[in-house]
Amino acid sequence: MLNVSIYRYNPEVDAEPYMQDFEFDTQGKDLMVLDVLEKLKIQDPSLVFRRSCREGVCGSDGVNISGKNGLACITPLSECVKGDKLVVRPLPGLPVIRDLVIDMSQFYAQYEKIQPYMINNSPPPAIERLQSPEERKKLDGLYECILCACCSTACPSFWWNPEKFIGPSGLLQAYRFLADSRDTATEERLANLDDPFSVFRCHGIMNCVQVCPKGLNPTKAIGHIRNMLIRGTA
Amino acid sequence: MMSFFARFAFTGPSNWKIQRITSILMAVYLFFIVGYLMTNPALTYDQWSELNSLLPMRVFTLLVVAAVAFHAWIGMRCVFTDYITVRLIGPKANGLRNTLQLGLAFMLLCYLLWTIKILWGL
Ligand code: SF4
Ligand code: SF4
Ligand code: FES
Repeated sequence: MLNVSIYRYNPEVDAEPYMQDFEFDTQGKDLMVLDVLEKLKIQDPSLVFRRSCREGVCGSDGVNISGKNGLACITPLSECVKGDKLVVRPLPGLPVIRDLVIDMSQFYAQYEKIQPYMINNSPPPAIERLQSPEERKKLDGLYECILCACCSTACPSFWWNPEKFIGPSGLLQAYRFLADSRDTATEERLANLDDPFSVFRCHGIMNCVQVCPKGLNPTKAIGHIRNMLIRGTA
Repeated sequence: MMSFFARFAFTGPSNWKIQRITSILMAVYLFFIVGYLMTNPALTYDQWSELNSLLPMRVFTLLVVAAVAFHAWIGMRCVFTDYITVRLIGPKANGLRNTLQLGLAFMLLCYLLWTIKILWGL
């Protein structure tokens, strides 16, 4: 029997959040955490969480699993159960709407700030803007981000200053456009990041790298942005 | 002039650079002092005061204390703006943070003046 402890909070009913314990029979199978949540929801339909693709593509089901942020759908029990206990909480640092569902507005506001789209005002060529294979290669490890927020909500600098520090996810995306040979707004993008908080609140703790379910490395991208900023200001 | 000062004191890149440069200075000084003490195990007061009466040594020491002051200023400001914020402890945060920063500035200035007094003083 697996002992599952889940964070519950319904602001319309509960005065404060509490942990609810369930007994769960895995029947010896190494299920994904999301499978367990789905089955428990049949038992208790009031349990609320986000999910969509159930295969690590959409980024909706980022939760804190026994202390580590990750996607419930691709985290097997064998990786996260300690003893026979599984603890599931919402991603830390952002306001909880209900149970495992958090309000991601601050996360998206930071994403919006970095202008996550190509900027190039030169007239487009007849077919497409070409890139050499080398130029395209620079985007590997950057474009794969699914905005699950596992990294930013594991980052202490983001916990303390979610309005001012862009956070690992937003900065990885910022670098994705800084590194793109087709984007012409490099100067403008850097100018928008040039303050003591947006980039420089990263202290290189690498919590973000440790949790990213896509195996990406925001710390490295942040280092590139920092070097660009330092080189740009004499 | 003001904008130079503002850039120097308040931008991310310059703070970052100051932190690296001052830490190198402090490390070099630390290695030097530890090395000196290890190569002079039977150190006498006269030897020690002779070392510290050399002008380059005095300048070096003063430089390092100044580095400590800058390093602590930037580092503590980071800590204050992380933990003493309206988000975390409510509206009294701004006043408290400014008071702490003022106190810190005063303390660091005292260290600097005190060092000058010790090195060149009476
Ligand atoms: S490396 Fe930087 S962005 Fe990543 S968790 Fe640490 S402080 Fe946050
Ligand atoms: S960098 Fe990784 S952890 Fe962060 S939002 Fe993107 S996919 Fe999620
Ligand atoms: S449900 Fe889509 S990433 Fe987990």
